[in-house]
Amino acid sequence: MAEVLVLAELNPAGDGVRKTTLEALTAARALGEPSAVVLGAPGTAASVRNQLAEYGAATVYVAEAPEVDEYLVAPKAEVLAQLVQEKSPAAVVIPSSPEGKEIAGRLAIKTNSGFLTDVTEIAADGTATQVAFAGATIVHSKVTTGTPIYTLRGNSVTPEPAPAAGTEQPVAVSLSDQAKQVRVVERVVEQKSTRPELTEAAIVVSGGRGVASAENFSIIEALADSLGAAVGASRAAVDSGFYPHTFQVGQTGKTVSPQLYIAVGISGAIQHRAGMQTSKTIVAINKDPEAPIFELADFGVVGDLNTVVPAATEQITARKG
Amino acid sequence: MNIVVLVKQVPDSGSERKLDPADNTVARASADNVINEMDEYAIEEALLVRDREGGEVTVLTVGPDSATDAIRKALSMGADKAVHVSDPAIHGSCAVQTSAVIAAALSQLEYDLVLCGAEATDAQLSVMPALLAERLGIPQLSGARKLTVEGGTAKVERQTDGGYWALEAPLPAIVSTWDTINEPRYPSFKGIMAAKKKPVETKTLADLGIDPSTVGLASATSQVLDFAGRPPKGEGVKVPDEGDGAQKLVEYLASQKIV
Ligand SMILES: Cc1cc2nc3c(=O)[nH]c(=O)nc-3n(C[C@H](O)[C@H](O)[C@H](O)COP(=O)(O)OP(=O)(O)OC[C@H]3O[C@@H](n4cnc5c(N)ncnc54)[C@H](O)[C@@H]3O)c2cc1C
Ligand SMILES: Nc1ncnc2c1ncn2[C@@H]1O[C@H](COP(=O)(O)O)[C@@H](O)[C@H]1O
Repeated sequence: MAEVLVLAELNPAGDGVRKTTLEALTAARALGEPSAVVLGAPGTAASVRNQLAEYGAATVYVAEAPEVDEYLVAPKAEVLAQLVQEKSPAAVVIPSSPEGKEIAGRLAIKTNSGFLTDVTEIAADGTATQVAFAGATIVHSKVTTGTPIYTLRGNSVTPEPAPAAGTEQPVAVSLSDQAKQVRVVERVVEQKSTRPELTEAAIVVSGGRGVASAENFSIIEALADSLGAAVGASRAAVDSGFYPHTFQVGQTGKTVSPQLYIAVGISGAIQHRAGMQTSKTIVAINKDPEAPIFELADFGVVGDLNTVVPAATEQITARKG
Repeated sequence: MNIVVLVKQVPDSGSERKLDPADNTVARASADNVINEMDEYAIEEALLVRDREGGEVTVLTVGPDSATDAIRKALSMGADKAVHVSDPAIHGSCAVQTSAVIAAALSQLEYDLVLCGAEATDAQLSVMPALLAERLGIPQLSGARKLTVEGGTAKVERQTDGGYWALEAPLPAIVSTWDTINEPRYPSFKGIMAAKKKPVETKTLADLGIDPSTVGLASATSQVLDFAGRPPKGEGVKVPDEGDGAQKLVEYLASQKIV
C-alpha cells in the first residue's frame, strides 16, 4: 500500500500529540498507509510513539535535533522535503495550524507540488473537501502537480484507533543555513487555561458584545465549565476588552467546529459565522429576536443572557450533581 | 529603509461572495471588491516603520486592472508609490503560482523589509510569507502582533495560542501582521488628493520575465473540481424566555444527549 506521510503536531505542554494529529492519521488512511513524522528536540518521539502507532502509523520517522525547535518553520519544511524526496509518498497530511499551513506552503515550493489548506475530508482518489466564504460554499479540489499536500482542519474527522507497528526510524537532520534564519528566542505563555483548547473542544461557549463587560464574562465561563467547554468571544467582545484576543472566533480569529456551539449575546455577523458555521449543533441566546444568529441556530432562546445563562448553568450543574 | 507592502484586492467579506461557475475561480468581476482588510494593518505598520527609520513604502499588488482601487487606498493612507502586476494570463493562478509572480516583482525592487497581511479574506490561506521566504531565501517572521526593526535586525512577537513567540532575524525579511499589531489610520482628505499624483508602475508577465504558460488556471498546481452552496440548515427552534428559557434550553441539550 502507498505510504502517506503525516506530520505529528505535538502539544506545546509536552504531553502527547494534539488531537489534530490523530485526526490527520485517520484521514490519511483513505489514501494509503500512514507513517508519522516527528520533528523536534531530542527526546520528543519517545513519549508519543505509542499514541501514533495506536492510530495507524506503521512507521514513525524521528527527526530530532535542537535546531528544529530553535528556528521557525523552515527546518521542519526542510526535513519533511528530504523525506518526501526519499520516500516518494502518495501524499502528505499536516494538521491545519498556522505553523502547519506554513510548513505545507514551503514544502510545496521545495517539492514542486500543489497544496490544499483547511481541508475537512480527503477521499480515496485524493479529492479534498474545503469550506469557503464563511462556510457558505463547499468546494471539492484536487492537487494536480507533484505530491499532494493537505492541511486538515481540526475537528472535521473523528479520530479512530487502528493499531499498527509504529516502528521507529531515525532521520538524520542536517539543516541548510537558509533554514536557520529566524531564531525563536523565547516562547511566552500569557494565559494558562485549564479549559480545553478552543479549536479542539467538543463544546464551545462564546460571548459577544451583549455580555457587556469583562467582569460579566464570568457567567460565560461558568456555563462553559458546567459543560466542560472552551470559552470563545466575538471580535466586538475582544475589541471592547471583555476577553483576550486568543479566544476570538471568526474570520480573523479561530475556526472552530465543535459538536455544540453556544453563542451568547452575539449578533451573528458573517465574519463571526466564518469561524463557527460548521459546528454540528448551534445554540443561540440573544434578546433580539431578529438577530441573524438565529438563522443558524438549531435552538434559540430569545431572552436576556443575564438571567438565562446563570439559570441554565445552575440546572446543568444540578443534573450532573 | 525600503519597505514593500503586499496588498491584495478581495471581494468584501461582508457581502455575498461566489465562485464563477464558468471556471470555478473567485467571481471578482461581479463582486464588491475592497482592499483586503488584513492588509491595512501591514500598510499601517509600514508607515510607522518608515516614519521612524526613514525611507520609502512601495505597494505591490498582483491582480486585475480593477485592483487599482486597492492601490489608491494604500497610497492615500500614506504609501509613496506602487507597482501593479496585471496580466490576463495570471487569471486563475493558485497560491504557488502567484508567489512566483510576487517573488519576481520583488526581485526587481530594492527592499529591506516586506510586509503583508496575515491572511487574504477570500481564500484564507495565510501562506504567502512562507511561500515568498522559500522562493527568495529570506527570513519569514509571520503572524506578528508586534514588530521592531533596529540595526539590521527584525524582532517580532508571533501571536500563538495563549501567548507569543519572540522571533529574531536579519534583514531583508518578510513579516506578516495580525490585526492586533496596530490601528490602521483612515486616509485624510489631503492623503486622498495626494494619492492621485503618486506614481503607479504597471508591469506585465513579460516585464517580469515570466513565461505566461507557467501561471494561470491551466497550469495551476491545484484545481477546484466543483462547488455547491452549503445545504441550508433545517428550521431551528426559537423560544421566547418566559421565565422558562433556561429550562427549555437544558431540556434541548438533554434531548441531544449533551447533558
Ligand atoms: C475583515 C473583518 C474581519 C472580522 N473578523 C471577525 C472575527 O474573526 N470574529 C468576529 O466575531 N467578528 C469579526 N468581525 C466583526 C463582525 O463584523 C461583527 O462586528 C462582530 O462579530 C460583532 O460582534 P457581536 O455579535 O458580539 O456584537 P454585536 O453585533 O454588537 O451584537 C451583540 C448582540 O448581543 C445581543 N445582546 C445585547 N445585550 C444582550 C442581553 N442582555 N442578553 C441577550 N442578548 C443581548 C444584541 O441583541 C446583539 O445581537 C470582522 C469584521 C471584519 C470587517
Ligand atoms: N495577489 C496578491 N498581490 C499582493 N499581495 C498578495 C496577493 N496575494 C496575497 N498577498 C499578500 O499575502 C497576504 C497573505 O495572503 P494569503 O496567504 O493568500 O492568505 C495578504 O494579506 C497579502 O498581503
